[in-house]
Amino acid sequence: MHISRRAFIQTTVIGGAGLSAFGFDVGPAYAQAKTLKIQRTTETRSTCPYCSVSCGVIIHTLGDRAKNAIPQVVHVEGDPDHPINRGTLCPKGASLEQDIVNERRLLKPAVRRPGSDRWEDISWDQAIAEIADRVKKTRDATFVEKDQRGRTVNRCEGIAFTGGCTDTNEFNYLVVKTMRSLGVVYLENQARV
Amino acid sequence: MPTGMLQIRAISAHPGGVPGRGVQREEEVCKYIDVTTCIGCKACEVACVEWNDMPFQQTTFDNTYQTMPATQWNYWNLIKFHEHQRDDGTQMWLMRKDQCMHCEDPGCLRACPADGAIVQYTNGIVDFQQENCIGCQYCVSGCPFDIPKFNSATKKVYKCTLCSDRVGQGLEPACIKSCPTGCLKFGTKSDMRALADARAKQLRDHSGFPNAGVYDPPSIGGTHVIYVLHDITKPELYGGLPANPQIPPTFTVWKRFAKPIALVLSLFAAPVAFFHYVSQGPKEPQPPPGLGGPGPSPGIGAKPAPGGADRVSE
Repeated sequence: MHISRRAFIQTTVIGGAGLSAFGFDVGPAYAQAKTLKIQRTTETRSTCPYCSVSCGVIIHTLGDRAKNAIPQVVHVEGDPDHPINRGTLCPKGASLEQDIVNERRLLKPAVRRPGSDRWEDISWDQAIAEIADRVKKTRDATFVEKDQRGRTVNRCEGIAFTGGCTDTNEFNYLVVKTMRSLGVVYLENQARV
Repeated sequence: MPTGMLQIRAISAHPGGVPGRGVQREEEVCKYIDVTTCIGCKACEVACVEWNDMPFQQTTFDNTYQTMPATQWNYWNLIKFHEHQRDDGTQMWLMRKDQCMHCEDPGCLRACPADGAIVQYTNGIVDFQQENCIGCQYCVSGCPFDIPKFNSATKKVYKCTLCSDRVGQGLEPACIKSCPTGCLKFGTKSDMRALADARAKQLRDHSGFPNAGVYDPPSIGGTHVIYVLHDITKPELYGGLPANPQIPPTFTVWKRFAKPIALVLSLFAAPVAFFHYVSQGPKEPQPPPGLGGPGPSPGIGAKPAPGGADRVSE
């Protein structure tokens, strides 16, 4: 297609004038505020796992729990509806995202054998079997039926139980039932939830 | 252009007014920081790093509890620690959350030569638009608080956004939300100013700090981050908070005077060129010297420029 110099200038001028007249703004958008990264994330309420204050947190994960979406934690912040912290968090709690998305996070049970200098991974079944085995052995060895003055006490002094802060009321009820039935008296948890 | 909560009030280096300005009523927002109840836990630092997806990094140790000496391009919020001995010999441990102050008259915005690299929203937030940033770092020298920080890898400057993404959606900034002692609060500027005044009065009347006051420096038109200080007469104690922050006068001279004058003068260029053409005629190709003609002869003893001689010989 041949365009003469005159036609080219005419087209340019008339076209440019037309664009200007009808208000084509080719300038940049002056501010593009970042979109909210938690706009459509799935919110999951949970409890901070660190101290006994047991602050409520909201864990934001990618996706809407559709079957094909694999959720990934993108943000954790305080739960404003939680009566204990009302949305606030301490620095450890505020870093919970790094607690979850972390290559060093423990995902399966590990054991360090007596005398060993390293941890080895074991299966859940094996871990539970070994714990049960040791509980039985320790209880048999340290169970006290009667104290020095002959009174029946039925206690197991060789085992102690310590609970974590995310243990719920219901869980701790079961803990107390189980441990008392074994005769455990050194029983403590820091849970307030 | 963002709608809703974030309307633009000022654009850096932008000729003319702000498009669409002044059509909506909007409250100004403000951060309230009560340094007297800060415990230096740094939850705000962590919340800032986490929300803005900046790397968790190794900290420095320089015999204080401070995370690092100063804010960085990817660390926008830093508690500054200072051990202060009072006149009566007792010790005070001062902690101040250092971040962008979101000035009413921002030195960075005034210094910036790139159109649209820094904007100020009508709610008072000063926000950097990195896609328009040219990396000249004038904002660094224009800031009275040493806040904008340059990233030499991306050649852009970064700073606290007052969580404009959160505030634009009606949420509070991440640092404010995390604060466990409640020494950080967020709301409208008038509410925060009233809260700060009441707290300063309480400190003066009941807590033995007769000089307690609110840091909201009028020299830059006030800020959208205000502090309650034990001693308003010595803000320098709190990690070098300037008592009378000033925008360097060179930027005022440049942007307020030199630039408009130059714009007006540049308007004369076209008429001057036109009259020069009319009176002097078009510039003709100059014949080589020695062949005669009206061309300007080289000065006595001056050699002709080599480029000019080449062009003539072609």
